[in-house]
Amino acid sequence: MAKKEDSVKLLGFWASPFSRRVEMALKLKGVPYEYLEEELPKKTPLLLELNPVHKKVPVLVHNDKILSESHVILEYIDQTWSNNPILPQDPYEKAMARFWAKFVDEQILPAGFMSLVKAEKGIEVAIEETRELIMFLEKEVTGKDFFGGKTLGFLDIVAGSMISFCLARAWECMGIDMISEEKFPGLNRWIEKLNEVEIVRECIPPKEKHIERMNKIIERTMSS
Amino acid sequence: MASDEVKVIGAWASPFVMRPRIALNLKSVSYEFLQETFGSKSELLLKSNPVHKKIPVLIHADKPVCESNIIVEYVDETWSTSGPSMLPSNPYDRAIARFWAAYIDEKWFPSLKSILQAEGEEEKKAVLAQVEEGTALLEKAFIDCSKGKPFFNGEHVGYLDIAFGCFLGWLRVTELAAGHKVLDEAKTPSLSKWAEQFCNDPAVKPVMPDTATLAEFAKKIFAKPAA
Repeated sequence: MAKKEDSVKLLGFWASPFSRRVEMALKLKGVPYEYLEEELPKKTPLLLELNPVHKKVPVLVHNDKILSESHVILEYIDQTWSNNPILPQDPYEKAMARFWAKFVDEQILPAGFMSLVKAEKGIEVAIEETRELIMFLEKEVTGKDFFGGKTLGFLDIVAGSMISFCLARAWECMGIDMISEEKFPGLNRWIEKLNEVEIVRECIPPKEKHIERMNKIIERTMSS
Repeated sequence: MASDEVKVIGAWASPFVMRPRIALNLKSVSYEFLQETFGSKSELLLKSNPVHKKIPVLIHADKPVCESNIIVEYVDETWSTSGPSMLPSNPYDRAIARFWAAYIDEKWFPSLKSILQAEGEEEKKAVLAQVEEGTALLEKAFIDCSKGKPFFNGEHVGYLDIAFGCFLGWLRVTELAAGHKVLDEAKTPSLSKWAEQFCNDPAVKPVMPDTATLAEFAKKIFAKPAA
């Protein structure tokens, strides 16, 4: 499987939750890698060559193998480096982790984004809708340290990168208390636990720079 | 004690529902098919998939599993000793299969669907071009993945065959409606051959609706003027 002479490169972007989650997985497994920063929105010829279908980060290059799409990459990493498993062994638990991870990216992300651009126009509905979706995750994590149980797993990596270290920054920008302590005690505790893990902390985008970027994106979206 | 019973909540015309059914057939697992009535959602569906309220749902020993491709993997992993594996064992080849399955759902099928909803020749032409571009990518992916064997998964129908093949009925209906072939021997020789073999596979044949019946159904659901 993976050998000492392995070469691992990651094309990523500092503010991309998709890219950050791959870094979390590599660090969790103790896999040394070379990080190549894309200066988005400019795309390097390398990125276009390695990911012609989607032209997006992250792209993982493991020896001569090129992989894109963060969920695909995470599963590849888990199967290639078997220490500190990310996905559960049990097929049902695995299916649940995959289901909720898909839910985070396909439901929470777009709703979360809408809650930002509609908020200024005074529509509380978008915020409430997002909270309803997040409530599903609250139920999943209640009574546990992490979604993965005692240790970080697939869903922690996906939801952590997307919600706590990306969307939450944006909500903070807009003064929205999306995940209140009162309504979401489980998730708040989970966020605290995440912040205690060193490799997770290493993968959190720098706050000020991140908030500045969020502000710009929100402004741009609202004026278009 | 929960029984080991397997149920699938679905509908005959849905390509997404076909996926778990083919997977269960490949593993020779018998299941009860609970047909939803078009236009309404049963109590069981709403209870088993409260998040999306969509079909298909697999219920195994009273536990629901949702999202068609996730169900297929679940079936493969649960009945791993029965029948051939639906995904390659090599992590990279597995990743490639997953990559293309995601591409099909996120890009290829939405553009296929929009052909039927396109208004006017210009829009239809533009969308058709998109679908053809995507299909050309899949033709190449097939050659890479199959490595000379009949299916994306090699000797036997697998995850990616199912992810793509489930749309063949709707593809034919769309080709007829648009008066334009997307999959044909000239443009996509490998995929054309694959399509025939896929549809004739014993795990697929019983659940693949015939084109005429599907076309009638399409007329019904697309009968209202496009919004």
